[in-house]
Amino acid sequence: MMDVPADKVTAAAEGKAVGSPPSLVWGGLKRDKYLYLLALPGLIYFIVFRYVPMWGVIISFQDYSPYQGVLNSPWVGFDHFARFFSNPDFLLLFRNTMAINLLSLIFFFPLPILLAVLLNEIRVSSYKKVVQSIIYLPHFLSWVIIVGITFLLLSTGDGVVNKLLVAIGFDKVDFLTNKNYFWGLLTLQSIWKDAGWGTIIFLAAIAGVDPQLYEAAKMDGASRLRQIWHVTLPAIRPVIVILLILRIGHMMDVGFEQVFLMMNGAVSDVADVFDTYVYRLGVKQGQFSFSTAVGLFKSVVGLLLVIGANRLAKKFGEEGVY
Amino acid sequence: MRESLGDRAFGVINVIALGLISLITFFPFYYVFVVSFTDPSEFIRRGLVLFPQHWSLVSYKYLLSTDAFMRAIGNSAFLAIVGTALSLIVTSGLSYAISRRRLQGRRFIMLAILLTTLFNPGIIPPYLLVRDLHLINSIWSLILPVLTSGWYVLLMKGFFDSIPSSLEEAARIDGCNDLSVWYRVILPLSLPSMAAFGLFYAVAYWNTFFTALLYINDFAKHPLQVLLQNMLIDASTAAGGSAAAEMMSEQRIPPETLKMAAVVIATVPILLVYPFLQKHFAKGALVGSVKE
Repeated sequence: MMDVPADKVTAAAEGKAVGSPPSLVWGGLKRDKYLYLLALPGLIYFIVFRYVPMWGVIISFQDYSPYQGVLNSPWVGFDHFARFFSNPDFLLLFRNTMAINLLSLIFFFPLPILLAVLLNEIRVSSYKKVVQSIIYLPHFLSWVIIVGITFLLLSTGDGVVNKLLVAIGFDKVDFLTNKNYFWGLLTLQSIWKDAGWGTIIFLAAIAGVDPQLYEAAKMDGASRLRQIWHVTLPAIRPVIVILLILRIGHMMDVGFEQVFLMMNGAVSDVADVFDTYVYRLGVKQGQFSFSTAVGLFKSVVGLLLVIGANRLAKKFGEEGVY
Repeated sequence: MRESLGDRAFGVINVIALGLISLITFFPFYYVFVVSFTDPSEFIRRGLVLFPQHWSLVSYKYLLSTDAFMRAIGNSAFLAIVGTALSLIVTSGLSYAISRRRLQGRRFIMLAILLTTLFNPGIIPPYLLVRDLHLINSIWSLILPVLTSGWYVLLMKGFFDSIPSSLEEAARIDGCNDLSVWYRVILPLSLPSMAAFGLFYAVAYWNTFFTALLYINDFAKHPLQVLLQNMLIDASTAAGGSAAAEMMSEQRIPPETLKMAAVVIATVPILLVYPFLQKHFAKGALVGSVKE
């Protein structure tokens, strides 16, 4: 509460400083020269590595060639975008992106909520800690390790799962080269990696529930399941809503590393997403302008989705992220 | 108050269910770990090994004796140490500066940083920039483009906001300028928080793969994750394939046990810092959830 007036006073003071004669601005710069010095490396980073590339997207409106540079390459307007939208690849990429995200939304999203609720019902705190330590761990592994382990477990040659299948009298299954399994495998990997980690935010929300609510529910004779239903879940509903909305804001994003590493010739039809396509055409084949246009399309749609999702979150009475 | 039968049943089922989930989550770790220590001849003979009769360090000894593997570990360790140190300096310097309300232009700077979290120019513009800066095939291409991020700066600024300004004023009376206040007062005070950010940076640098795929063609400069990709996933293509293929050609040791030993070695540093990471999960979850 004390912060609010202080904030306004400083804001007013700042407004004054901006509108006042240059000598005061210079005075501020001189007075805070060491602060600016501290900020300088970071500022240079943001200008060079974040803002220059933002300006670099203009090559998607050019026929960029590295020899002519951005300044001298010919302008072609929206040609690359028109070419992309009329290309059958576009629908394929869009379908794969949506399919992978929808599967994640349906099968991944509810799991951290369920796990958090179950964890909260564990009374022995040491057991709870052990379970948490195990299910949080995969989050820190790289996708290379996770895809590598997937291959070691599922390959038709030496994979332990196929060996087990053969041992109990089944045929081997070509998990890694069969189109039908690809999206499911991605979803399972994501679940293994991040479903446990995702519980943290819900556990934090549950920790904020007033214990008296549980006491009152017990007095009314509510079973533990009814306590979950009437106390725990309503308490974390705002968090669920905001995470769901933000998740929808990221419907255009598919983790590049995971798909790139899992991809092979046999499954490329169902595996290719915007980022892998951009990487192949841009970095590997040197079609810089076209691939930048594809990336820009994805970024703009993604930006609109995030802004829209944020608006929606605020409409639900949540804080939003921006 | 005594628990009802239904409640007790729920409690037991819950404990069992979470136990099973933990076991399933843990199994891949267990299997990879055990096979990596299995005697190679036993692995070939028995095929399915869930617990070895003879333990062996052959796969590890071989991997750690190859130049390619040691070089990759060295590159990744360099990234994790030097990269993390630089990232912490740059992130904390900028965050501290914009957390001081008297700084002119701080609103503009914060807005500019926030914008970078909203709009992502894609893969190609940064790639062309790194190329124009002649950083291709330089290990700095794996550090400089990811030196800090808008989320980390804004998160750390929020942390510095909570340090009372009276401390700064006291240090100033003792003759400190902004630089020495930052170095002598603010950083020591925020050591636990810096440790948390440092750990998350270190894990990210150790796991560097995507930027190396983009910016490094010379396999002598590949970090561990790229060598692992060549060994585990795709030994046929890419420049680094030759190094991986050379390593995997060791005939006496089956590739499977070598691969698993490589996975274990790459995971050990994460396991070592894991207990320390656990202390700072809440902060990390915040970073992870907003960065996604």
